[in-house]
Amino acid sequence: MTQTPLLATRNLTVHLAQRPVIDNLSLEICAGELVGLIGPNGAGKSTLLRSLAGLIPSAGDMTVSGRSGADLTLAERAALMAYVPQEHEIVWPMSVERLVGLGRVPHAGAFALRRGENDRRAVRQAMERMDVARFAARPATALSGGEKARVLIARALAQETPILIADEPAAGLDPAHQIALMRTFRSLAAEGRAVVATLHDLGLAARWCTRLVLLNNGVIAADGLPQEVLTEKTMADVYGIRAYFGTAAGGPVVQILDVADQAEETSGAN
Amino acid sequence: MTDRSYYLMLAGLVLLALVLFILSLTVGTAGIGFFVSLKALFSWEDSLIGLVIHDIRLPRAILGLLVGATLGLSGAVLQGFLRNPLAEPGLIGVSASASLGAVLAIYTGFSAAFALGLPLAGLAGAFLAVLAVRAMAGASGSTLTLILAGVAVSSFAAAMTSLTLNLSPNPFTALEIMFWMMGSLSDRSMTHVWLAAPFIMAGWLSLFSLGRALDALTLGRDAAASMGIDLKGAQRRVVFGVAASVGAATAVSGAIGFVGLVVPHMLRPFTGSVPSRLLPASAIGGACMILAADVLVRFIAPGRDVKLGVLTAIVGAPFFLWLVYRTRRDML
Repeated sequence: MTQTPLLATRNLTVHLAQRPVIDNLSLEICAGELVGLIGPNGAGKSTLLRSLAGLIPSAGDMTVSGRSGADLTLAERAALMAYVPQEHEIVWPMSVERLVGLGRVPHAGAFALRRGENDRRAVRQAMERMDVARFAARPATALSGGEKARVLIARALAQETPILIADEPAAGLDPAHQIALMRTFRSLAAEGRAVVATLHDLGLAARWCTRLVLLNNGVIAADGLPQEVLTEKTMADVYGIRAYFGTAAGGPVVQILDVADQAEETSGAN
Repeated sequence: MTDRSYYLMLAGLVLLALVLFILSLTVGTAGIGFFVSLKALFSWEDSLIGLVIHDIRLPRAILGLLVGATLGLSGAVLQGFLRNPLAEPGLIGVSASASLGAVLAIYTGFSAAFALGLPLAGLAGAFLAVLAVRAMAGASGSTLTLILAGVAVSSFAAAMTSLTLNLSPNPFTALEIMFWMMGSLSDRSMTHVWLAAPFIMAGWLSLFSLGRALDALTLGRDAAASMGIDLKGAQRRVVFGVAASVGAATAVSGAIGFVGLVVPHMLRPFTGSVPSRLLPASAIGGACMILAADVLVRFIAPGRDVKLGVLTAIVGAPFFLWLVYRTRRDML
């Protein structure tokens, strides 16, 4: 790849409670990519995303849009990347429209209460993309889990940044909205942005991501096209599972079948 | 909640505050008529009525405005910053420490020897509380350490206040301390206003600058930081703003409870639950509540000097209970 990466790390190391959670990790993510970050529980996926978002201290180099991560102020970083946390935290019963409008906070002054035409357009567009415009006036705290998740992603979309980082964005969404979410991410990537999302649903990851990064014990175990990363070997070594791999409707299909050692027992019985 | 209804509500609150301010100037034990009072306010002739209005009622009304707005505003800021509807201005230990300073001034006779001794000692207490809280919670920037430090400082100040009462040389001193701690705006002079106002205004400035950060914090600390909010800087501004304004307010009026807790709750639904919009509303609402309570104490028992803090607690506590009941019902 010849283009300069939007987001890059070299020898990134993150310690949590004196334990290395991310270990010497080097990664380059370019515009146009939808990167699915996969891996078992405790692999360091969320920690990697949080350090990429500048929320926890890390050692090593990081560049964001060609600028050194260490030199970026919080406000400058907020103009370059949006982050959707895993927890769906909404404290006050604010209307969905106002909540999505919080995505415009990085673009406003300290005392700004009124919003401009550009802000309104960004909020409207984000709400339409995540299919939450029809409950724009409802208090966000009264929504269902999946609806809340969509509202919070819409909030990050309203930030209109070149980089979007989302922690488990598909969790709690029904299948139709999961697909709509992945399609939105794909179109964001096609617009020249970079999207990085942790995913637990390997089928979803295989079918929609342009690239998968498999994380295990804080290091990259595999990195590449979905069919290159999701193989019988990586499934057994990293996840300890057996899966079916196939192709349908022009895309890869992955269906998990059983736990790896369970599989051996079954085959032994046969 | 549309923009228009929000600004209408703000305008309504301003109007209410104005009416209560004028009422505060025209109601009192001296029994001066409404129009006579207003006329005296705008004339500088030496007269007994002018003296009552300018030197007794005007400072009382201005302090009511300043103290009430401080309590409402800092309550709204702390609830937004800590993302907890139970937060109140006394949380970080400033009120208890300012009280301790004032109580020590009464105990030592410093307040009797020097007119401004009591509020100055109160301010010193608030200042020391901030130093202690900052030393304990400053570096980490975590809200939990801030709350714990506040609890520790409050408890220590309360214990020292009890000790002072315990050791007071005679019942009169003890009574004076007790009465002062109940919180009141009576018998304050313009000197009190001039002493407290600069600290209160500086605190307000710091607190009002937090609107954007509080809005972003609705989605949690990580989300707020990813939106460019400097959380450590925000915490510094919260501590400074609350300490300066609540410290100065407590130093001149004593500890007045429930206003900072209840007013943000009452007004939150009218602001669409947007924390930045709650700040001006809660400030003006707090001023209204203190002014109203201060007018009320003059009606309830004229000549008996019912303390303002007692009234706000008597009215505030059941009201808060009702709020809790209503919130619980909404959640079910």
